[in-house]
Amino acid sequence: MTTLRAWLQDPSPTSRRQARLGQMWLAWLRIRRNRLAMAGLVIVGLLLAVAALAPLIAPHDPLVQDLGRRLLPPGTPGNILGTDDFGRDILSRILYGARITLYIVALVAVTAPVLGLLIGTVAGYFGGWVDAVLMRVTDIFLAFPRLILALALVAVLGPGIENAVLAIALTAWPPYARVARAETLTVRSSDYIAAVRLQGAGPARIIAGHVVPMCLPSVIIRVTLDMAGVILIAAGLGFLGLGVQPPTPEWGLMISSGRKFLFEQWWVATMPGLAIFTVSLGFNLLGDGLRDVLDPRSAPK
Amino acid sequence: MTQTSSDRQPSRLLRLVRQAVLGLLSLAITILGLLLVTFIIGRVVPFDPVLSIVGERATEAQMQAVRDQLGLDLPMWQQFWIYVRDAVQGDLGTSIRTSMPVAEDIARAFPATLELATLGTLFGTLVGVPAGVLAATRPGSIADQIVRIVGLMGYSMPVFWLGLIGLLVFYGQLDWVAGPGRLDPTYDMMMEFTLTSYTGMILIDSALNGAWDVFGNAISHIILPAGLLGYVSMAYISRMTRSFMMNELGQEYITTARVKGMPEWRVIWVHAMKNVMVPLITVIALSYAYLLEGSVLTETIFAWPGLGSYITDALFAADMPAVLGGTVVVGVAFVTLNMASDILYRLVDPRART
Repeated sequence: MTTLRAWLQDPSPTSRRQARLGQMWLAWLRIRRNRLAMAGLVIVGLLLAVAALAPLIAPHDPLVQDLGRRLLPPGTPGNILGTDDFGRDILSRILYGARITLYIVALVAVTAPVLGLLIGTVAGYFGGWVDAVLMRVTDIFLAFPRLILALALVAVLGPGIENAVLAIALTAWPPYARVARAETLTVRSSDYIAAVRLQGAGPARIIAGHVVPMCLPSVIIRVTLDMAGVILIAAGLGFLGLGVQPPTPEWGLMISSGRKFLFEQWWVATMPGLAIFTVSLGFNLLGDGLRDVLDPRSAPK
Repeated sequence: MTQTSSDRQPSRLLRLVRQAVLGLLSLAITILGLLLVTFIIGRVVPFDPVLSIVGERATEAQMQAVRDQLGLDLPMWQQFWIYVRDAVQGDLGTSIRTSMPVAEDIARAFPATLELATLGTLFGTLVGVPAGVLAATRPGSIADQIVRIVGLMGYSMPVFWLGLIGLLVFYGQLDWVAGPGRLDPTYDMMMEFTLTSYTGMILIDSALNGAWDVFGNAISHIILPAGLLGYVSMAYISRMTRSFMMNELGQEYITTARVKGMPEWRVIWVHAMKNVMVPLITVIALSYAYLLEGSVLTETIFAWPGLGSYITDALFAADMPAVLGGTVVVGVAFVTLNMASDILYRLVDPRART
């Protein structure tokens, strides 16, 4: 352990990998000092754990109905958070719901940045009218209010989890394109790109092999920062009945089903909202901390 | 470029005009793109617009007649051209659900949304700016931490859930505010039949009519949804204010002012604030635009008969002209607000004029 730490903290690294890992180690030390970011990391870790272990830790099957035990208040033995209008255990449904949320977040996180990277790097690399056209398209998509565009898209595609993901991804890519373009502009005219070009590499090869990797770090930070927003939009679509369909335990959908008896059985709508709030707060705290650590302008004083 | 003092004024005017023209041009292109997107969305809809108008049992001749009327046999670019021409003239098609022109429906719903979003932004600014300044002047203090955490919570809160909790607590339990809707039914009738409508915004209309009981009832209805939307925009505004103010307080002119012995409140609220105002205008305009959008979910919770409710109701009735018309209107409002804040920015900040 001490030797590993010494290797990481070596002031004169012998390889590029050692230097990079050393930098990451320093960043990690800085994140660890930031209590709020650590709280965020714990929440996100918890989400991952709950999603993975849902069948093991959930006390009940999230789909099994028991009409004799419907609308029981929180604190009932066997149903700590109470039951919903079909007698399903709310805690179990929330635990399983973590899987749906994680599924949506993960799908958006792998699709939207890819689209953004493609458009941003191509625009930045070629410049000229290609750049002008692509950036104009990006601006147009940025001009659309995200939730409304997602609504219109789902209205056309039809409700469902894949379509909700598609709609969110189609509204989420423009910021990534901007970031990727900015990074591309800084590396485009560098010597190593010129060297690769002189060796005969075509634009596709240069962009995929030599430009995209340079854009990845800033895009990844941006993705972490955006995840809370994605969770909220997905929950909003679910709440409107345009995302996941019943009886799947999705948090937004659970809130909307509890809305009918909000004043009498408040817990049905309240509990899943707490879950959404906690997870999205976790991503916000983590993203905030990451930005503080990785953004050179807010270096430690 | 060399300039003599005599031609300085006209060239500056010229530059402003040029900027305005360029700005309007880019606004026009963006709106055209917006229309193209909604046009494409509208054309790939899996249900047949002809069928929804004539019904299942129409003859082929009837269907052809409607198809001709809608211009569905024309080439795509020509259809798009007609779509743009109609939209520019304020024709967004006819709603399937209400059988009314979409533009008329939206004109009726928009004031309700505008009222809500405006009041929300007002709350957000009145609380968010002082909170951000407080946090910036005492970085690391308890006050700073509280502002930061309250702000982050606002970022993380699903707005529809917040609305339900608000209703549960302030209407259901405490009974401090009125429930969903813009007015109680009795006042609603009054508003509809005995009072003159000037703007469609109940707070303004009732005040102009001198109907203070209606005004009071409207306040009691709007305060909760506007307050909740205000919280969301406060989160954003306070955070940005803090960062702008921190940046400003590190400048040398602030040190100079302090060394001169100027009272601290004057340093902050007069000298620093003057420069913070500039980027803050953009932030407030942006948060206003977001509230127009955020009102979609809030309106469904509070049965608020605005644009958001209109779009979601249309969505469930598979009323695509209404959904897309609403999307276009919100999009145009969004773009225009951005543009307006940009122009304001140039007017206020002398550095941005060149």
